[in-house]
Amino acid sequence: MAPEPPLLSMSGITKSFPGVRALDGVDLDVQAGEVHCLLGQNGAGKSTLIKVLAGAHQPDTGTIRWRSEEVTLRSPIAAMRLGIATIYQELDLVEHLSVAENVHLGHEPTAAGFVVRGKVARDSTAQLLKRLGHPEIDPGRLVGELSAAHQQIVSMARALSHEVRLIVMDEPSAALDPDEVDNLFRIVGDLTADGVAVVYISHRLEEIRRIGDRVTVLKDGRAVAGGLPAKSTPTSEVVALMTGRNVEYVFPRRPTAAPQGEPVLTVEGLSREGEFAPLDLQVRPGEIVGLAGLVGSGRSEILETVYGARKPDTGRVLVDGRPLKPGSVRAAVSAGLGLAPEERKAQALLMLESVTRNVSVSSMSRFARVGWIDRGAELGAARAATRELSLRPDNPDVPVRTLSGGNQQKAVLARWLLRGCRVLLLDEPTRGVDVGARAELYAVIRRLADEGLAVLLVSSEVPEVLGLADRVLVLREGTVVHTAPARELDEHRVLDLVMEGSPAS
Amino acid sequence: MTQPVSPPRDSTDKVPSAAETPPWRAVLFRADVRTLSLLGVLAVLILIGGITKPDEFLDTRNLQLVLTQASVIGVVTVGMTFVIISGGIDLSVGAIVALASVWATTVATQEYGFGGILFTAVAVGVGCGLVNGVLIAYGGMVPFIATLAMLASARGLALQITDGRTQIVSVDSVLDLGERDAYILGIPPLVLVFAAVTVIGWLVLNRTTFGRRTVAVGGNAEAARLAGIDVRRQRLYLYLLSGLCCGIAAFLLIVLAGSGQNTNGNLYELDAIAAAIIGGTLLTGGRGTIVGSVLGVLIFTTITNIFALNNLQSDVQQIAKGAIIVAAVLVQRRTASTT
Repeated sequence: MAPEPPLLSMSGITKSFPGVRALDGVDLDVQAGEVHCLLGQNGAGKSTLIKVLAGAHQPDTGTIRWRSEEVTLRSPIAAMRLGIATIYQELDLVEHLSVAENVHLGHEPTAAGFVVRGKVARDSTAQLLKRLGHPEIDPGRLVGELSAAHQQIVSMARALSHEVRLIVMDEPSAALDPDEVDNLFRIVGDLTADGVAVVYISHRLEEIRRIGDRVTVLKDGRAVAGGLPAKSTPTSEVVALMTGRNVEYVFPRRPTAAPQGEPVLTVEGLSREGEFAPLDLQVRPGEIVGLAGLVGSGRSEILETVYGARKPDTGRVLVDGRPLKPGSVRAAVSAGLGLAPEERKAQALLMLESVTRNVSVSSMSRFARVGWIDRGAELGAARAATRELSLRPDNPDVPVRTLSGGNQQKAVLARWLLRGCRVLLLDEPTRGVDVGARAELYAVIRRLADEGLAVLLVSSEVPEVLGLADRVLVLREGTVVHTAPARELDEHRVLDLVMEGSPAS
Repeated sequence: MTQPVSPPRDSTDKVPSAAETPPWRAVLFRADVRTLSLLGVLAVLILIGGITKPDEFLDTRNLQLVLTQASVIGVVTVGMTFVIISGGIDLSVGAIVALASVWATTVATQEYGFGGILFTAVAVGVGCGLVNGVLIAYGGMVPFIATLAMLASARGLALQITDGRTQIVSVDSVLDLGERDAYILGIPPLVLVFAAVTVIGWLVLNRTTFGRRTVAVGGNAEAARLAGIDVRRQRLYLYLLSGLCCGIAAFLLIVLAGSGQNTNGNLYELDAIAAAIIGGTLLTGGRGTIVGSVLGVLIFTTITNIFALNNLQSDVQQIAKGAIIVAAVLVQRRTASTT
């Protein structure tokens, strides 16, 4: 504990979005020259917190002190002026500009109002790159031509091109291989030696042990532990802090007997280069199979490949023992597959349209004769499907964008219910869904399974997979590291598996 | 993990609370406001025409002329509206009209009489649409580029066929369609064709699976694909449809002008796009109405007519058209954001 006042002190930060309280009174103190790690499961509030810190979100309440003075971070520029730089996980570089142009984007060196091209910008960029241990990156090259790792370096160079006192790094190691991670840590070391503070977000506990000074653990929008020593706090304590919940989800009761019958969905040796290793799995009617793993472990990619939205490199998907045409969504849908994708708004919903049209979109031809839609029949069927799922409001004419997250998800499920689908692929079914509405959604999913649907579920929320699924496959970086009935697993063990790759001793 | 919390995305499109006006009513109201305001603009224009040139403007013959002129571009606009609703664009409509009109009026084609001319015009339109559609849907070309290429080459081909000469139509049955004798209850046949295309277009857009798929593809192509819609085939059909409309329009133009010229349909693409846009069709796709587009066409044609009657030059007309496009879009953005 340094005696001087912290460089940054956030206290009582709250931030709500429609239906969700993302931050619920978070405190965070960061000292100059330290590496402060932020840990937490998906949805714990890490992203929202760093966006508040970067000036991208305005907190609802709470104060931010910067060198003991209260400040308001009205915009990303305001944060930058104070010396706060953020490196987001999705790199925010312009691919068609050169490295030097990217580094100086927004604060281009100028002379008499003209952007200085050429040498000055390139030299200062080259210097930054050298400082970052990558003098081989040519400042004149287009960013789009660089590898992911080099793009990361450019992103960092851009952060350092400002007068920086605090750098936020959001999972900087996710796209890097081990050598590059070593280099990253060296850079972090250099920065902190110069008195710069680093807020470091990572899922990998071993990284936090290596470079972290202190750890703050977020859970359900609260800081459950602030400033723990990063090197000496036992793993079990950290995991317990991450998982101990305020909200107990209510999961529906599983059927007592394991589902029998021939598997309706069979996946054989399915793989995609760089995304996931050959995968085998079977789902029987009435069974919910869960895939647990972190973001980037290949979960969504697996679902989308099974669904035909991505073309597999190897392997095949069979429904009722008949292989599907690879890479064809239409073949999958005709065979009885339905996907509720991760990004509901971007991938599933027609946001300008009514609930009815969203529900009927996959079964339109059933209500049509020679292309002419019988709108009465369509509305009736859509109403029946949405009522069965208790979608609210009970009026299928409302635009789907006016629904809450949970009811939007029900609209997607109703689409497949109406289609008469037999295998439901659920990708993060409760993302963006209010805590209160989750239990209802869980009950709906279980009921659909009880009625004979086969469900393949993906979630980054371990309790959700464990509570809902009958059988769980644990994924780490595209490979299944463990398979077991859900009742034989607990959250600690799954988290150990996904973070360490082997069961904790 | 930068993505665990999705709420930030929600914050931009705020969910109106259910307690206020029921959202469906808001949508209905907004659609009405749009149509009503277009009708209002048209009414004001008619008023201006009636005041400035009371005798000429309100004359039956003049009104028949306005509607006839609107018919050619109107048919093109109906096809264009479908394409824009699907998130695409068709820059080649004017050139296709030109090519279809000259191909259908060559000496060789005219030997086949009425049927030959009609068939050729439609076939050339559909053929060009097929090329556009295949390039865009299956060749992965951006609609802007593919149809720009079609614009250039169809115009070139039209010039090559005519060698720059006007091809006079000598088939009487075609020419008769443009005569006053052919008017049905005072309505020129060309206007009836336009009306029929409008009604069919409205029905197809609002009552058929084809229309639904068009809206779905334009509103969210990825969602449409994941819902099991064959997005590529739909795109192909849409450019075929636009080509078909161009073919019909070319035939109307042949009747109207009594000839085929390689300069026909000049800048139709801009007129059709402008009419669709002021009619409320989103250039980004997913929303649009046939009624709005047709009103847009009528507004533009009426302006042209009033300006011509008042002896104002076409440069003034162009400026006025530009101003109307800007005003219409600004008004629509306003009504969209306030509801």
